[in-house]
Amino acid sequence: MRVSLFITCYNDALFPETGKAVVSVLERLGHEIEFRPEQTCCGQMHWNTGYLREAVPIIRHFVQVYRDAEMVVIPSSSCVSMMRDHYIKAAEMEGDARLVTEIESLLPRIYEFSEFLVRKLGVEDVGAAYPHKVTYHASCHSMRSLHLGDIPIRLLKQVRGLDLQPIQNMQECCGFGGTFSIKNADVSSAMLADKVRNVLNTGAEVCTAVDNSCLMHLYGSLHRQRTFVRTAHLAEILASGHAGAKVEEVRA
Amino acid sequence: MSEVPAQTAHWNRQDFPAAAREMLENSQTRKNVQHATNVIQAKRNKVTAEMPDWEDLREAGAQVRAHALRHLDYYLTQFEANCTRAGGHVHWASDAVEANRIILGLVQQHQAKEVIKIKTMTSEEIGLNAHLEANGVRPVETDLAELIIQLGKDRPSHFVVPALHMNRQQVRAMFQREMNLPDLGDRPEDLATAARTYLREKFLRVKVAISGGNFLIADSGGICITESEGNGRMCLTLPDVLISIVGIEKVIPSFRDLEVFLQTLPRSATGERMNPYNSTWCGVHPGDGPKEFHVVLLDNGRSPILADKEARQTLQCIRCAACLNACPVYHQTGGHAYESVYAGPIGAILTPQLHSMGEGRSLPYASSLCGACYQVCPVKINIPEVLIHLRGKVVREDQATFAGKFSLWNIGMQAAAFLFKDASRLAMAERIGQIGQKPLVSKNGFIEWLPLMLNGWTQTRDLKAMPAQSFRDWWAKEKAPQANSSQRNEMGHDG
Ligand code: SF4
Repeated sequence: MRVSLFITCYNDALFPETGKAVVSVLERLGHEIEFRPEQTCCGQMHWNTGYLREAVPIIRHFVQVYRDAEMVVIPSSSCVSMMRDHYIKAAEMEGDARLVTEIESLLPRIYEFSEFLVRKLGVEDVGAAYPHKVTYHASCHSMRSLHLGDIPIRLLKQVRGLDLQPIQNMQECCGFGGTFSIKNADVSSAMLADKVRNVLNTGAEVCTAVDNSCLMHLYGSLHRQRTFVRTAHLAEILASGHAGAKVEEVRA
Repeated sequence: MSEVPAQTAHWNRQDFPAAAREMLENSQTRKNVQHATNVIQAKRNKVTAEMPDWEDLREAGAQVRAHALRHLDYYLTQFEANCTRAGGHVHWASDAVEANRIILGLVQQHQAKEVIKIKTMTSEEIGLNAHLEANGVRPVETDLAELIIQLGKDRPSHFVVPALHMNRQQVRAMFQREMNLPDLGDRPEDLATAARTYLREKFLRVKVAISGGNFLIADSGGICITESEGNGRMCLTLPDVLISIVGIEKVIPSFRDLEVFLQTLPRSATGERMNPYNSTWCGVHPGDGPKEFHVVLLDNGRSPILADKEARQTLQCIRCAACLNACPVYHQTGGHAYESVYAGPIGAILTPQLHSMGEGRSLPYASSLCGACYQVCPVKINIPEVLIHLRGKVVREDQATFAGKFSLWNIGMQAAAFLFKDASRLAMAERIGQIGQKPLVSKNGFIEWLPLMLNGWTQTRDLKAMPAQSFRDWWAKEKAPQANSSQRNEMGHDG
């Protein structure tokens, strides 16, 4: 399958290793990956902060870049939820019927990375090995908008050597919320403190998630507190130390 | 007669970030709030999980409420006709001033110096107690939690459990002081007994009662109240005069619709399968209940919400407060940070709208948009969606002012929007960022201090510096040449 990547703006600038990991996992599964350098951002930051009008040209740009893509895979559930929950609304707000139609046709071809692996490809074992204690943070959008359920957990359970530690209050937000973490820095920090405590209580060395936005937040505090716990995007774990032979069997 | 401001749902002392910061300093309150919300949440989750048709009930509730709102004029008129026919008197109040004037007038007609009250947020919304007191009438709250708030001269921090921010020892100390009971014990029974003794005398003596209403029932002209303590039923049956103040949005088409809400409301609110007391009353009946019955139908900013298609769902709310209990922001701050009668996620969308966005403008931002509120709402109000819609209003209104237009936020967001329209601009900005960040990056590769508004982030969090190579640069260098050649190969095969 020919898969187009959308590397979100903060992943592009701050977490390039996540994009590389997605490329490596999907190539290993035998897919052809393309990256369209014209891509920029999904518009979420503007939309969620109330800059609705300013988000529309960004949305339009995204649709233009990917309108003919066979499949778009995105390593961020919050960006995918921006598309699924708000794009049509934004286009309607502009009274742009053509854009509405284009979005309707594009949306079914858009997948979050772990969702793509499990729901679209039917793959749970990508042949990875990661001999570490790991805990999984379920980001809000992955749970409540994309309804990923236990998909990321199923993927993690197939990773060789990985010791998955359950976390308390998995359902509760880490307090990032984009500009919320700046506009309400104090409350956001208080929420983060609770989340970090739960992460530390698991005894894990690594905290993973399907969103680098949450992980950036968590790591921000884990690092400030000088803990040894690190964060890694799910894709990076799945890209690690693969046991070659297995990959051929699970190729979609 | 002294007047109160037209709308008083918002206390308007300071904006959310400042009030929240203050609340975060109070570790006792935070502990109480976290404990109480955890307990209610767990009960709520248990009793909703046991309902195989929970999602259908939510959908049904949403449909009934949305339908009633679409035809609000019809159902209110029907309610008025049926209520009047049953012997009730219906009054229409367009704002808080008018509602207060009507209620005070009725109380004065009966020369009452004291009134007993059932917990009603609508009366808090219009500042009724203050208005009555200013005019020589003493309102006595009969709901235990409301009584605690009233005696403690506090403000409710939750609209189902108004005193949830206080623990038993705090309540005991306050009762000892206010009821003059130095020997009062601290068991729940001791406190309940003290309150009961205090209240019983009022129930038997006071002739005028004021209530709110959970539902106005159009096809029978009745009102429904659900409660846990039975104090409400005392107020509904013992006094000679009953005045109910209810927001116009509370109407449901028929008695049969209660079937849905009497299942979803208690489960969502307190995690009970059924409220211990569900009362519906309809007009007056010789020899039974009050001799005179008045309903004040309150608009107070609701009509404009109804007219806003995007935000109308706000009015579907049945005030169960499940969204408060589920909200991680509320968990940290409790209700007082919202500076409003209506706290939590629903308060964050309702309060500013009741004030036509003139007050409580920081409230739509008091959310991380995590969606927990939407997930639990028994009438499926998509609160995150409404929050974003209201943020849009705030931004548009701000941009229309000089200060707003030239604020750092606006300039920053406009600049970002400009970059995101074109990848070459974005790539350029990334390069500038990689170089520009250098003075801020510590030896360990992290940014530990950021200037201006970004400083909020680095107060408690480090930020990893931007790596020297972005994904797009990596792709261009490592993958693009290869990808292009494989593309050519593939085309060769296909052709
Ligand atoms: S918005 Fe929904 S969850 Fe919140 S109080 Fe209203 S009905 Fe309950």
